Amino acid sequence: MSDKKARSQGAVQTTGHAWDGDIQEFNNPLPTWWLWAFYATVVFALIYWVLYPAWPVGGSFTKGMFNDITFVDSDGSVKTTHWNTRALLIRDLKEGKEARLSQEYMSKVADASYAQILADPEMMAYTRSVAKGLFGDNCAACHGAGGQGVIGLFPNLADDAWLWGGSIEQVHKTIADGRYGFMPAFSDTFDAKQLRDVASYVLSLSGNPVDGVARARGEKIFQTQEGGCHYCHTPAGTGLKSQGAANLTDQIWTIADVNGTDDPAVKLERVEKVISGGVQRQMPHWSERLTPAQIKLLTVYVHELGGGQ
Amino acid sequence: MIKHENIETNAGLLIVLTLIVISIGGLVEIVPLFYINDTVEKVSGVRPYTPLELRGRDIYQREGCYLCHSQMVRPFRDEWLRYGHYSLAAESQYDHPFQWGSKRTGPDLARVGGKYSNAWHVAHLINPRDVVPQSIMPNYPWLQTTDLDYSDVQARMRALKKTGVPYSETQAEFDRNVAAFGPETANKLDILHAEENLMQQALTNDYDGQRDRVTEMDALVAYLQVLGTMVDFSKYDEGYFAEFR
Repeated sequence: MSDKKARSQGAVQTTGHAWDGDIQEFNNPLPTWWLWAFYATVVFALIYWVLYPAWPVGGSFTKGMFNDITFVDSDGSVKTTHWNTRALLIRDLKEGKEARLSQEYMSKVADASYAQILADPEMMAYTRSVAKGLFGDNCAACHGAGGQGVIGLFPNLADDAWLWGGSIEQVHKTIADGRYGFMPAFSDTFDAKQLRDVASYVLSLSGNPVDGVARARGEKIFQTQEGGCHYCHTPAGTGLKSQGAANLTDQIWTIADVNGTDDPAVKLERVEKVISGGVQRQMPHWSERLTPAQIKLLTVYVHELGGGQ
Repeated sequence: MIKHENIETNAGLLIVLTLIVISIGGLVEIVPLFYINDTVEKVSGVRPYTPLELRGRDIYQREGCYLCHSQMVRPFRDEWLRYGHYSLAAESQYDHPFQWGSKRTGPDLARVGGKYSNAWHVAHLINPRDVVPQSIMPNYPWLQTTDLDYSDVQARMRALKKTGVPYSETQAEFDRNVAAFGPETANKLDILHAEENLMQQALTNDYDGQRDRVTEMDALVAYLQVLGTMVDFSKYDEGYFAEFR
């Protein structure tokens, strides 16, 4: 028998109300399964209110019972508190399965010297997998997921050029303390012709063909008080690592995108622009944000990215 | 005794009774918030935003950043490992409205302050793909070219003061801030010097890399760089925070 038929035959009850004489309202009972599911949620709520923090009372709230959490606090003392997600997290971070495994390795890394880590294949495997995550979260935003950097903004870590030095100790210092790379702007010091001369000399250092006369004038500016470039970039143009000064004699360009064009005139323009505008780049310090062991992992990882020195 | 039929056939009565029932539902949720005091952690360091940060926060809301970015690190292990310490109630006590959000299309920003350099933020806001190739965030290039309008910053601070944010106007309020936050911070919370303070912070820190002007980029980056940096977590035992839940 269909519902429609049942209703027309009066098998379904109505609420008894009648509007406009003949408009009636059916009074269908709720499905049994639905009703019992509803009762079950009520029972669940009652049990939940007893076990977990639930109701506000005055200036505080009911704390729940029978499921206290015992955890080891930062100062080493053991504390017990009513169930709450913060205590749960502290316990998980200290005593959880993953946490214990990770601590085991982390403490091993923390106690080891860089030489020991580099010589131990197991610790290196751990470093590579964990530091990859750390790098992705903390470093990749600027330096790229593969450490390739962004020309003009953030240095490439995957090549063999190290502005601040590529030894383990120098990479560690860079990550822990940060770096502030600074080259003054020469827009007020040099006129357009002098800019062109210096740029010509700079380009010639890495073997780019340039105008010989301009190059000779540029060399004089570069190597004397007039420009003073040699103070940081050294007379040979290889750059002082202590100043983060770029090596100008190789084919690696981190700020002026010289390799991005084949046109000598555009190359000159790009170098001129850097000399004229100067450089200000800041690498944040991570000693407050990351633990010493994490910095160690990242140092080894970054050192290895570029082949290390 | 009111009969069901009387309620159903009397629209006025039905409205009044419906309002009463709905109010109870609302009051049960809202009223305890005015009385529960022991859920807000007593931590030092949390201060109201400086005028420049405040304008940055306004721009954050204007551009709808909260639609994709939450500012609430939850107390779970995965979030702890990715973002850092979970957010405290105390950390958003001066936020009106709070920016906790409910949708993470982009990453959580509650602890983004100090994580990246100013130059990164500028490059990223102008075109996110310049620094994060796989990003789907829109470009916000106009921030770098639009001068910051701070003509109404005092009015904005006064409005927030009405909601309980301790910006100062009178000497007594200023003295109270000196006691609570120290003289340096108290100066920045002084409504009467808001415009000078804003200019000074923008020019000193030069967030946008344009020394000669104060843009919306200056304000937004100033705001982003202070997010989640006010509390020094090394000063507290973790168990202390668990007492507030």
